[in-house]
Order: sequence, then structure tokens, then C-alpha cells
Amino acid sequence: MSSQKRVKNSQSQGKPSQSSNSYQTNLSAWKVKEDLSDSKSISKHGQNNPVEDYEHADDKAEDALQIAVRYFEKGPTKTSRSKDKTLEKHLKTVENVAWKNGLAPEGIDVLLNVALSGKFGSAVSTQILKCMIPATLISEDSVVKAVSWLCVGRCSGNTKVLFYRWLVAMFDFIDHKEQINLLYGFFFASLQDDALGMQPHLQALLSLYKFFAPALISVSLPVRRKIYFKNSENLWKTALLAVRQRNQRPSPEPLKLMLGPANARPVKRKWNSHSVIPVLNSSSCSKECGKKGMSLSDYLSSNGSFPLEQLKSFPQLLQNIHCLELPSQMGAVLNNSLLLHYINCVKDESVLLRLYHWLSQTLQEECIWYKVDNYEHGKEFTNFLDTIIRAECFLQEGFYSCEAFMYKSLPLWDGLCCRSQFLQLVSWIPFSSFSEVKPLLFDHLAQLFFTSTIYFKCSVLQSLKELLQNWLLCLSVDIHVKPVMNSPLETTLGGSMNSVSELIRYVGWLSTTAMRLESNSTFLLHFILDFYEKVCDVYISYNLPLVVLFPPGIFYSALLSLDSSILNQLCYIMHRYRTNLTAAKKNELVQKTKSEFNFSNKTYQEFNHYLTAMVGCLWTSKPFQKGLYIDPEVLEKAGVAQYKSSLNLVYHPALLSYAASFLLQEWPEERTVNLSSIRGKKWNWYLDYLFSEGFQGLKLFIRSSIHRSSVP
Amino acid sequence: MLRVGPGLAADFIFCPVVRSFSLQYLCLETMDSCDTPESTPRQRASSRLKDYFIGATPLQKRLESVRRQTSFVPTPPRRKIPQCSQLQEDVDPQKVAFLLHKQWTLYSLTPLYKFSYTNLKEYSKLLGAFIAAEKQKGLAVEVGEDFNIKVIFSALLGMKGTQRDPEAFLVQILSKSQLPSENREGKVLWTGWFCCIFGDSLLETVSEDFTCLPLFLANGAETNTAMIGTWFQKTFDCYFSPLAINAYNLSWMAAMWTACKMDHYMATTEFLWSVPCSPQRLDISYAIHPEDAKALWDSVHKTPGEVTQEEVDLFMDCLYSHFHRHFKIHLSATRLVRVSTSVASAHTDGKIKILCHKYLIGVLAYLTELAIFQIE
Repeated sequence: MSSQKRVKNSQSQGKPSQSSNSYQTNLSAWKVKEDLSDSKSISKHGQNNPVEDYEHADDKAEDALQIAVRYFEKGPTKTSRSKDKTLEKHLKTVENVAWKNGLAPEGIDVLLNVALSGKFGSAVSTQILKCMIPATLISEDSVVKAVSWLCVGRCSGNTKVLFYRWLVAMFDFIDHKEQINLLYGFFFASLQDDALGMQPHLQALLSLYKFFAPALISVSLPVRRKIYFKNSENLWKTALLAVRQRNQRPSPEPLKLMLGPANARPVKRKWNSHSVIPVLNSSSCSKECGKKGMSLSDYLSSNGSFPLEQLKSFPQLLQNIHCLELPSQMGAVLNNSLLLHYINCVKDESVLLRLYHWLSQTLQEECIWYKVDNYEHGKEFTNFLDTIIRAECFLQEGFYSCEAFMYKSLPLWDGLCCRSQFLQLVSWIPFSSFSEVKPLLFDHLAQLFFTSTIYFKCSVLQSLKELLQNWLLCLSVDIHVKPVMNSPLETTLGGSMNSVSELIRYVGWLSTTAMRLESNSTFLLHFILDFYEKVCDVYISYNLPLVVLFPPGIFYSALLSLDSSILNQLCYIMHRYRTNLTAAKKNELVQKTKSEFNFSNKTYQEFNHYLTAMVGCLWTSKPFQKGLYIDPEVLEKAGVAQYKSSLNLVYHPALLSYAASFLLQEWPEERTVNLSSIRGKKWNWYLDYLFSEGFQGLKLFIRSSIHRSSVP
Repeated sequence: MLRVGPGLAADFIFCPVVRSFSLQYLCLETMDSCDTPESTPRQRASSRLKDYFIGATPLQKRLESVRRQTSFVPTPPRRKIPQCSQLQEDVDPQKVAFLLHKQWTLYSLTPLYKFSYTNLKEYSKLLGAFIAAEKQKGLAVEVGEDFNIKVIFSALLGMKGTQRDPEAFLVQILSKSQLPSENREGKVLWTGWFCCIFGDSLLETVSEDFTCLPLFLANGAETNTAMIGTWFQKTFDCYFSPLAINAYNLSWMAAMWTACKMDHYMATTEFLWSVPCSPQRLDISYAIHPEDAKALWDSVHKTPGEVTQEEVDLFMDCLYSHFHRHFKIHLSATRLVRVSTSVASAHTDGKIKILCHKYLIGVLAYLTELAIFQIE
């Protein structure tokens, strides 16, 4: 920014100044010191200024202003005879610039300092204060410095009063307020003790605070009321309007910063909101009304409740958790991770109800596919959903409002709008009875699933995997906290397990159909097997009594896949199924008594069936011996009369290239690749080769399921 | 409005020049269904439905069913015909008169947190200060008596369906005249009221920290509604949403309000349908003599004191088929946007005007039901 300015300055140098009529200010980019970084100041050079002459005139005025400010900064030179004249000249310069264009934050900083130090006398201080009109913002530091002058007692009562009036009028232009908020104790003490309280404006200020926080003000105020701050009496009114108009020209972004959120409210948009999520604010009149009889010192030393605005760290939260003031609008917690911690452990139902109502309504109101012509707010809605999802991930828990929202909105969803967000919301559906949720949610989702692209299908499977994981985590925590489940929806563990197994079977059905629709896409199969990697490990990983096997459509597609990583993944899953089932069987034998959760023999039979098929294909070269008969004539016609070995580890289409590479690597001198030579010792070497190529799933499967004595 | 006889129907359907027209058809002849007094209502019902659907294309049926499905209203099989309730007798008649004959914009409102009826005076002051502050953003605020507006909160005692319903209350913004000689109270700038009539289903789901007044009605400038709503949202952590009334609910209103017994009718029963076509939409207004409407209703009505979904459908279907017979327009393919009766009139935008004092509670009960559905 500064380099840009310098270039412009040099360009305009040497041109005659013809016009003094400037309509645009450069003052905001003005610097007190040459080396001052102007990162804070807002340059308006970004805007087009078609007439350079105007700019030049401004530059000149700017120079004069710089000189004037330096003059004030240095202080009066006592010996100079022309002192009064110079002072008057510089004062005039400052006034002119200030009333025309306003002053940059740095200028206000210096001049405020001068005014309150009183080094030019009371009259000059007053004149300076009257023209403290910001071009953009007022830095908080300047105000704090100014207040510190009040303590020294160098300025007159009138100057103090004028300063307070100025502070009230300009409050919205101060860039930050944290430090100033800490000074309220000083303000009140100063107003009450310095007998300044009798000034009508300050009385007004005090009575205003007394009105909202009666406990804070101890001084007695006259009951008779006057008009204290009549608009027409406001010294800076016209200047403020001018500032506001000036500020409205540039892009709305800095405007938001300057005037506070409420002013940037777009016309005809929502009521209160600059943003969807309310601002964190602990002031709640309804609560204040009840609290009377607290002294000022009590208030200032925060003996009462702990204000949210001060909550900055986790230890603070822990120390004050018993006396935390809650936000006036509970929706504000979404943007505050500390309060999310609080929400997570609070047992107060009304806190959760407030959040529920707010979130439900906001989702409904903001949802863009409810609106015909409101797609311009799409970005905002996406951001809002992102915030919700972040909060859900943080809490590791879904909001009921989101579930209710999905019931209503899913039937109208086109599957495109905010897809990623919506599917993430699906994965955070709180645990409940699957059969109840199915018609409201999953049936609608299935319609979209079947009619959408393969990428959509994969995304849905991904989010269903996450949903399963979230449900399992939730149940495994519950089961350890209390031996008997006490959820409102499922009273028994059996019921809960039932719900989970229904979800798994539902996904199995979706997957099988999707495989047919997408002609056995390997890409899709990866996502399906990812899901089953979760499913096969439920018993051990989550300590829950549940083993559900995959449907044949998935198993055989994976076994006969052309893709080696699919085959490897299948081996891994089979290995984990085996481990889980073995552990379950062991537990059954230990407990001896038949419990509700012993798996039926059918599960074991199903597993054994798959295992036989796999070993038959990959290892023993006796595939599909049971239950499958193919006419030899058909096989002969197809040219695969010797089919038996064609699915073993050497000839399996997914592994054939590995077998060839293995032979080429080990026996490079051989002129022909003789696959049938891989047997006996070579078979073992081949296995080691496969393992070294990353077939860890296969390795685990063979180690656990095959006795190596049976090497063919 | 142009009065068009049945014979003209074919002309305007095929006339491409007509972009927007308004058709008022006064139903003076008796309806077909009334011609056969010997048949029971049930028999008539089924035959009429059959007649109606035989001519319908599968697409029409599909459209019909989709429309019903996507209007998320849970279909309670039956609702009570509004009756004059005992509780309503306690309501200050002056206040009731104030609520009638005004157009109100409807909002649904989530339960108010820590609202207290004992603090109404305090709220008046705080809201007054808030409005003054909002109006002068950036400049210092005047205090207390010095606003030129006045805010009054007052309870609407007795405005409830059951004893469990929380008390309704009214908020008024009055302008104060600058001259002391003039009337102190000044004129009403804005009015809004909060109520809950038969809100049992909502009352059961919240704890005692909350006050359930799910229905909010406002009359006055939208900017004022926004400002006051903002104050309520900030103070009581509640949420206002505009309450639109879909065509499905409008037809329920039409049926229920037609069913009300009236001593004398104040207004014509009128329906407004909208045909979405560009560049200007086409509105079809259909006015019926209220006694004819009542006669039609009586002919389809069979359950004493109650209105069922079947009856509502039948009532509307009769209107549709009658209109079709004369004008060859399928109103079922257009959108119902307004219903006016002697009891009340409602627009799909969520605007309502209540005319009849006797059925005030009944009208509000249905609106409360819709508001509760929206916030649940």
C-alpha cells in the first residue's frame, strides 16, 4: 500500500495545483512518522480517482496538516513572538481538514494527547476536541492514553466534560473496546467523585447506566428528566453524518468493521442479523432486573457471575463454571469452543432447549432450497452448516435440531446443494431406532442414491460409514457407563444392537444394488469395503456384541475383482471377521451360560461358507465345490476347461501380473514365463514376494486361516 | 370487477391477449349436489369424487398427491368447528374490538425464555429505550420520558383456549404528540400481540422457564416489527419466523369458517386462485354468496361439530367441478392464495383479518396449531 502511494505522489509532483476543491481524502493514508507502518490505516488509493489534480490539492493540504500536527506534538515554543499567529494558523488547518475529510487515526492519536495534556491551555484544548472527527476509525489506544491524562489532572473540568461527550458521540468509531470496557470503573468513579456528575450530559450517562444496571451506580440522580443529548445539540452531528456517508462509498467490508454489525444490515434482509449466528452477549435485561443491592465494588471485582466476554481460556472456564453468565442468545455458543465444552456437560435442560429451538428455526429459515429465488445466500448457508458440523465434531455428538431439519428438508433436497455439508449432517444423526428413522430419512436418501452419479453414491457410503462409527462409539461409551442401556429410544442393549444391525443390513442392500447399477465399479467397491472394515470389527473395537457379515453380492464381487487392492482388502476383512468371531466364541465358552447375545450358528455358517469359497479359490484351487455346478461343455466352449486353478493366487486376474513380475524378477534368464512353475518352495517365495509388495491383508488372512502344511 | 357469465368461458381460455383478468362469479343457482335431496351425503360424496377423478389425467392425480405430500402438515383426521368458548367471555370487549378488522401479519415464535408477566412495566421501559437507541444508532440515547414514542405492554386477559394456555399479551407503540395540549396518548404506530390458544402439544415439551406463545401477530411498519422482534429475540432467546399459509391449510380454513354458524353474514365468501405465468400472473377470483357456500358445506358435511379431511377435499372439489363445468378451467391445477369469509380472511403470505368476534378464539386456535407445527 505504501509503495503504491509513493508512486502516486511522485507522479503528481511538479503538476500545478489548480483546484482546491477536493472531494476525496487521502488523509487516511497519512503518516505521522515516516517509518510508521500503515498497515492499520485504510488507504483509499484503491479507488479510482480520475482527476489527479484533486489529489494533488489534497496532498498539499495533507502536508500542511502534517506540519500542524508536528507543531502541536512538539508543544508551544515560548520564545516565539509569532506564537499566537502560528498557533491560530495550525489550528485552522486542522479544523479545515477535520471538518472536510476527517482525521486519520494517527492524527487523532496525537491531537487527543495534545488536547488532554492541556499544554496549549484550556481554550485550545476545547477547539481541538471539537474537531476530533474521524475519517475512518479511532484507535482504542488513543482513547486509553487520553483517559490516562485525566488522572494527571492537567486539564480543566470543561475539557474533561467535553472529552466525555466526545467519547459518547464517537463510541461506535473506536476500533476495539476491550481496554475501554475495563475502564468503566474509572469512568464511574471519576464521574461520581470529581463532582463532574452534575454536568447534565454526564448525569444522563449515569442515569442511563442506572437504568440498565441499577446496582452499578450509587450516586443519587435527580428524578426530573431533561433532554440531555438532543441531536441538534450534538457538536459533531453533521461531521458524523459526513463520515458515515464517506464510509458508505467503499466496499461494505470495512464498513462492517467501523460501524458495528447492526448498521451493515442489508435492507429487507433478516431482522437483526448481520450474521446468522448471534453475537456472544451475556447482558440479559431479564436477569439484571432481579439483581439489586449489589455494590459498585462488588460489580467491579466480579464477585457475582462471570461475564462471558472475559472467558478466554479453559482453566477460566473450570474456575467459573458454577457462576458463568450464559449468553442471552444460546445460538452464540456455536462460535465459541469453550462454551461448547460447557454445553457438553451442562445438565440444565433449558440451555439445551434454547439451543434446540434456535437452531431448528434458523436452519429452517436459512435453508436455501426452501426458497425460490434466494440462492444468493447460498454461501452463507454453507458456512452456517460448516459451523454446525464443526461444533458437532467438537462435541462428538449430533444435534437433534439437525435431525429434525433433515426430516423436513431431505425430501426437497436436490442432492447437489451443500452436498458435502448435508451428508456430514447425516453422519451425525443421533443414535435412534433405525426402523423409525428409515422412512423419514433413509428412504428419501436411497432415492437420491440410486438416481445419482457414482461419486454421490460413494459420498453417501462414506457418510453412512461415519454414521455407523458415531453410533458405535456412542453405544460403546454408554454400555460402559451403565450396564443396562437407559436410552429413551431403546431400552435394552438388544434393541440397540438390533438398530445397528438394521443399519448395516440397509447399507448392504444399498451397496449390492449400487454395484449392479454401476457395473461392479472398483471405485465404488472400495467405499463399500471401507464400510465393512468398520462392520467386521464391532465386537473387538467397540466391545459390542454384534457381528454382521456382508451380503454375497459384495463378497463375490470383491473376490472376483480385477483389482488387487480390493482382493487384499477383502482378505483383511475376512481376517478381522475371523478374529472377532473367535473372540466371541471364546467368551461364550467362558461364560458357559447362554446369554442373549450369543451369535446364532447361522452367522458362523455364513462366515465358514465365505471362508471355504476363498480358500478354495485362492489356495487349494478347488473353487466353488459346494452348491455350484457348471456344465463342463460350457466351460470348454469358453476355453476354460482347466478352470480350477484359474482363481488361485497365481492365476487370479488381480494377481496374474504379480506372478509374472515375480518370475521375471527372480529368474530373469528364463526365456518364457512359466506360471505353473510356481508351486512348492517357489509358492512360498511367491507369497513372500506378494507380502513385500504390500499385500498385508492377504498375509494376515493366510496366517490366520490357512495351515501352511497344506501347501499345494 | 368484471362479471362474466358462464357462456363466455371458452373465449378467455383461448384468448392469448388476456394477461391478467379477474373473474367474479356469483353462484346464484343451486349446486348439483343439492338437486338430489333424497340421497344421503355419504353416497353423494363418493359419486362426486368418482366423477371428479374419472376425468383427471394420471398427471393431475400425481400433481395432487405430490402437492399433498409436500405440504408437511400432519393430517389430523378431524378438527373441531370453531365454537364460542366460555373463556373468551372474560376478554375485555374493547381490546377484542381493537384486534378485529385489522390486517395482521403472522409469525411463529419459539418459547420465550425467562419471560415474566410481573415485569411488563419494566419491559415497556427497556423496549422503549431499545427502540430509541436503534433509531439513533451512533448517537447518544435519550432517557426515559424524553422519547417521542411510548411503549405499552398489557395482558389480554382471558384470551386463551384452555386454562393451561399462558396469558396473551399486547405490545403497542404510540407516538407522543409534541404539543402538550393535544391528546397525550397520540396515535398507535405499531401493534403486536402474542397468544397461545390450545397449545397443549407445545406446552408439554418445555420446562417452566419458558413461556409458550407460539403465535405472534403484528400490525404496523415492517421495520418496527423487525426492531421489536430483534429486542424480543435478544431478551428472551426466542425466534420469530414469518408464518405463511399454504393452499392446503387455506382450504381447511375455507371449510371450517364456512361451517361456522352466523347470525348474519358480513361479507361474500371469496376465493382467489393464482396461475403462475409470466410476465404477469393470472388471478382468478371466485365469489360465492355466503349462504350458498354454507348450503354447499351442509351438503358435504356429516360429522356434527367436526370437520374431516374428506369433507374439506369434497367441499373444494365441488367448487372446482362447478367452476369447471362453466368455465372449463381446472382450478385444482392452480394455486389457492386467499380465502375470505364472514369469519375471517387469510392470505397465503401469512396475512389475516378476523371479522367475527364470536369465532376469534376458533380462528386463533387453528393459527396456533400452524405456528406450533412450524416451530416443531
